[in-house]
Amino acid sequence: MALSTSSNFAKPDDAFRAIVEAHRGLSDAQSADLDAALVLILANHIGDIAVLREAVALAKRRVIDLQQQQQQQQQ
Amino acid sequence: MAQASSETGTVSGAKTQFGYRRHADQDRAAGDMAEHPVVVVGAGPVGLSLAVDLAQRGQQVVLLDDADRIGEGSRAICFSKRSLEYWDRLGVGDRMVDKGVVWSVGRIFHGPSELYQFNLLPEQGHKRPAFINLQQFYAEAYLVDRVEQLPAISLRWRNKVTALEQRNDGVLVSIATPEGSYQLLAAYVVACDGARSSLRRMVGAEFAGQVFEDQFLIADVKMTAEFPTERWFWFDPPFHAGRSALLHKQPNDIWRIDLQLRPDADPVAEKRPENVRPRIARMLGHDKFEFEWISLYKFQCRRMDKFIHGRVIFAGDAAHQVSPFGARGANSGLEDAENLAWKLDRVLRRQSPADLLDSYHIERSAAADENIRESTRSTDFMAPNTAQEARLRKAVLALASETEFGKRMVNGGRLSVPTVYDSPLSTPDSDAWRGGPRPGTSMYDAPIDGGYLTDAFNAHGKRFTWLAFGDGSTGEPPEGVGTIRIGEGGLADAEKLARSRYDAEPGTAYLLRPDGYVAARFRHPTPALLDAALSRAAGVN
Repeated sequence: MALSTSSNFAKPDDAFRAIVEAHRGLSDAQSADLDAALVLILANHIGDIAVLREAVALAKRRVIDLQQQQQQQQQ
Repeated sequence: MAQASSETGTVSGAKTQFGYRRHADQDRAAGDMAEHPVVVVGAGPVGLSLAVDLAQRGQQVVLLDDADRIGEGSRAICFSKRSLEYWDRLGVGDRMVDKGVVWSVGRIFHGPSELYQFNLLPEQGHKRPAFINLQQFYAEAYLVDRVEQLPAISLRWRNKVTALEQRNDGVLVSIATPEGSYQLLAAYVVACDGARSSLRRMVGAEFAGQVFEDQFLIADVKMTAEFPTERWFWFDPPFHAGRSALLHKQPNDIWRIDLQLRPDADPVAEKRPENVRPRIARMLGHDKFEFEWISLYKFQCRRMDKFIHGRVIFAGDAAHQVSPFGARGANSGLEDAENLAWKLDRVLRRQSPADLLDSYHIERSAAADENIRESTRSTDFMAPNTAQEARLRKAVLALASETEFGKRMVNGGRLSVPTVYDSPLSTPDSDAWRGGPRPGTSMYDAPIDGGYLTDAFNAHGKRFTWLAFGDGSTGEPPEGVGTIRIGEGGLADAEKLARSRYDAEPGTAYLLRPDGYVAARFRHPTPALLDAALSRAAGVN
């Protein structure tokens, strides 16, 4: 596994906060634009296609798991 | 529109109209049909080049085409360095380059401003440029002229293949002509009959793939303009809001303009000159131009599962189709032809077993996959499929104005380069290399002895060739293998570019295939290593 999922920030709250605050005052569309740019900038910084693919798989698994949970609740 | 003259049969100085002529094969009694080693179907750039290549290798070729003229319109216009090097081997490179518009620089614009420019061949010391632009009808006309110099090729216009019957030792080909039908027996048939290949249907092959909904309008216009000979590509230009546009120069003051249209645009209305004119005038800022050719197209990316069906082999658009962005259609078809010609020649001479041909499918279907992947990515970037894809593209375009990585992510077409084959014919490297073309790579050009390495390869007969650097300690290669010796006792490498491009040290040697691809390379070659590499590359086990 090339992707690091252990905690890398000394102060994780600062990192979370920095991203949250970047979205303050933005419309949903602007937020989505911001996220898109942020993802591309960070992906390039990582610069490792194997890490990127693992990150995509991890993020996507969350989305799909959530979708399945919601479907089960509706049934 | 096009300056066609049916009386002289020429378009812009190129002969495009040919006549049907009866051939003695048509007078043979039923059951006593003529037998030929190779029948090539389709006299487009791929079929014509293949026929010339096979004939130069000493094969007798029958080349059939259902029409009697070269197709109208510019169609394919960008021919790659690799294609020009192939045409040099076929004896038509100079004519193509002399007529063509040489270019290597592309510029990408977003809205009103330039995002960046790229140079596809930034280094010196290559005989051929990155690309030329040349109307397809010129390329075909020059190839027909070359065919007519080669008595080994029987080019038969208005000969339409109507049926194929596979036999153990060949294919029975039924052909319709204006004077009735006849049959031939061919050891091999090569189908170069284009995207709507009727031979593909005859062998019952599927041709499935991805259909793109966006429509594109091509207008070739004649005008005098001072734009540089560069490929200009716009995302969301002021003159064509929300879509993409392309401007590219061709010979005779003809300019290729390609405009992306909405998926729901009415194709019939959009093609009318009175509707195209204002669009082009908006782009150019004037309407002092004439139309040469207008075409509206949608495209698909797809390929056949197998390029070989018994003794019928498929090449070019008949075997694979890509989007036009990247100039990967005609150029990949020419690479098919070169890949196939030497293998078919060896098989027909029984120098190699028939399964050498399997490597044609392996290598060229992988190339088709790569071309489809690259051109699909370009198309998706130009026409995003979802709101989120559009958002990501917007982010890339915005980042491109201030970051290098953003510029490199902008995809306005990735232009054709030869595929590196992962091939059973290659001998894997066992020495340490810091660079140079690895096995499966098309040879690199370099200036040597007042000429070029690609010329030296042609002069040595376009056969298996031993490219040796240094003092001659590599010994003599087996009979039938050409030798190019560089450095001491051989061709001068004054600028040391050949040595550096091939990561060569004294004693280094490369084995080149007859299509100019690297089969093997050694730091310390021995006759045994060369023999083994040669057998492997020739499919002889």
